[in-house]
Amino acid sequence: MFPTPIEKTSRPWQLTYQALLPVALILWLLPLIAVAVFSIRPDADFTTGNYWGWPSSFDGITNYSKVFFESDMPRYLLNSVFITVPTVIGAVALSAMTGFALGIYKFRSNLWIFFMFVAGNFVPFQILMVPVRDLTLDMGLYNTKTGLVLFHIAFQTGFCTLFMRNFIRALPFELIEAARVEGVAEWRIFWYVVLPLMKPALAALAVLIFTFIWNDYFWAVVLTQGVESQPVTAGITSFNAQYRAAYHLMSAGSIVAALPPVAMFFLMQRHFIAGLTLGAVK
Amino acid sequence: MTHATLPDTHADRGGRRGWWRRNQIAVSPWLFLAPGVLFFALYVIFPIFQSFNVSLYRWDGLGEPTFIGMENYDELRYDPAFYTSLRNNVIWLLLYLLAIPGGLFIALFLNQTVTGIRLYKSLFFFPFVISQVVVGLVFTWFYDPTFGLLNTMLAWVGLGPINVLGDPTYVTYGIIAAGLWPQTAYCMILYLTGLNAVNPEQIEAGRLDGARGWRMLWYIVLPQLKPATFIAFVVTIIGALRSFDLISIMTNGGPFGESRVLSFYMFEVALSEYGFRMGYGAAIAVVLFLIMLCFIAYFLWSMYREEKAR
Repeated sequence: MFPTPIEKTSRPWQLTYQALLPVALILWLLPLIAVAVFSIRPDADFTTGNYWGWPSSFDGITNYSKVFFESDMPRYLLNSVFITVPTVIGAVALSAMTGFALGIYKFRSNLWIFFMFVAGNFVPFQILMVPVRDLTLDMGLYNTKTGLVLFHIAFQTGFCTLFMRNFIRALPFELIEAARVEGVAEWRIFWYVVLPLMKPALAALAVLIFTFIWNDYFWAVVLTQGVESQPVTAGITSFNAQYRAAYHLMSAGSIVAALPPVAMFFLMQRHFIAGLTLGAVK
Repeated sequence: MTHATLPDTHADRGGRRGWWRRNQIAVSPWLFLAPGVLFFALYVIFPIFQSFNVSLYRWDGLGEPTFIGMENYDELRYDPAFYTSLRNNVIWLLLYLLAIPGGLFIALFLNQTVTGIRLYKSLFFFPFVISQVVVGLVFTWFYDPTFGLLNTMLAWVGLGPINVLGDPTYVTYGIIAAGLWPQTAYCMILYLTGLNAVNPEQIEAGRLDGARGWRMLWYIVLPQLKPATFIAFVVTIIGALRSFDLISIMTNGGPFGESRVLSFYMFEVALSEYGFRMGYGAAIAVVLFLIMLCFIAYFLWSMYREEKAR
């Protein structure tokens, strides 16, 4: 193990390390802690300039219930759910198929199609912006959740294919050959042999895509406009415009907007990390 | 395996089924690829070429586009805002790479087995999971000249106040610092997983040969972390060139357009109140795309060599 395991070092350094850990963590998360503290302060603290002193009262419940019951926040959160969930399902389904095709079959253009997906996944969003917005307008899907979902599915298929294909490549190929010898149809091999083995990859991608799409801001601004279709990342800006200078509410709103991917991460940590490392670092 | 449950597919033989049986393996991949490839082509591949085309027109997004050839690019050559954005893009690219050593440093710090270390690792990773919009808001308040934590702390040591986001000299660095926060967390997690896979025998052998500290890190550990470093490099470059959310949230390009980058300037030109200049916007996007293309080509080249080596 590198660096030297702490139990093999001198006693003073062990103690220093143990003390250093929480201090480093607090410093690292300081901006976030500040916002969390803001979100439970009463309005009065901001008017009297008591930003960093002890809160004059703890108004967490009032602030958060304002966010949930007196603003458009629940609407935006719901939109985010309706955008994120279909995208996850669509992108994972499409890429399970493309990944299977590119991982199992040998044909001449295989690597080129794979590289098309990889390269497309890396392009800057701006080169797609004008045509995609135009396409969405032409289909009558501008300012709808469907329009946003369709684009997200297509774009995320690139990243998902990269991941799925590499994962399938690592599976034992003898399984597929054995099934073929048995005369099993190809789509049955996909459904009954390969798909059950891909469960870890499916889970990893689902968590990761959930986070990516939930946190997307650019496309939300480009393809949607109002409260009826905008996800929470775009909604938080109008929320902030509504509560300008009401820092306690803006902080509470931001925390609410950030929470779902955080919860997802803590629940599915192992899968999440497997996905982030693109399966390349085991 | 599950022999008993496999269906009997030898049942019927005949004209069409016979052809299907013979060509199944050649045709199947295309059937599996079709939906994904078509979708991806429609929304990602074609739009790239369409953008190249749009950049040759003057177009407000609604009326008839007028063909003007290279005029958009000519205008770009004399646009000071374009050069500001380009300069900031370079600064972003260079400084964003600090996330890689930063992430490695934190990963080395946390690569221990004391109680609760798993929770520490998760909490250090935290900033990456939060949306950039929220990161932007959090740092806007952190930098705030009247009540921000940064200036409060500077005041303790008798400095400040500095209005980071209101000062043309500091603004880009301030936003990059905000961006480095989640990006360092990402690199950290890559290195933590990489460190898990480092061969302990080589480390022991190195120790016996008297390698310690820096020399051990440089000659024995880092070479084994190469895959992690490669991915960290890829995602950091892409992240740096995609920076849009933070700028849009924190400064909206200001003050005086000093914090613009190409991705933000493109959006500003094409889709904001400054006018719907789709053609000019597309031209900026093309420049950004060409910069990115250099990196994409390099990534693909590395992947290609790896594929061939298998």
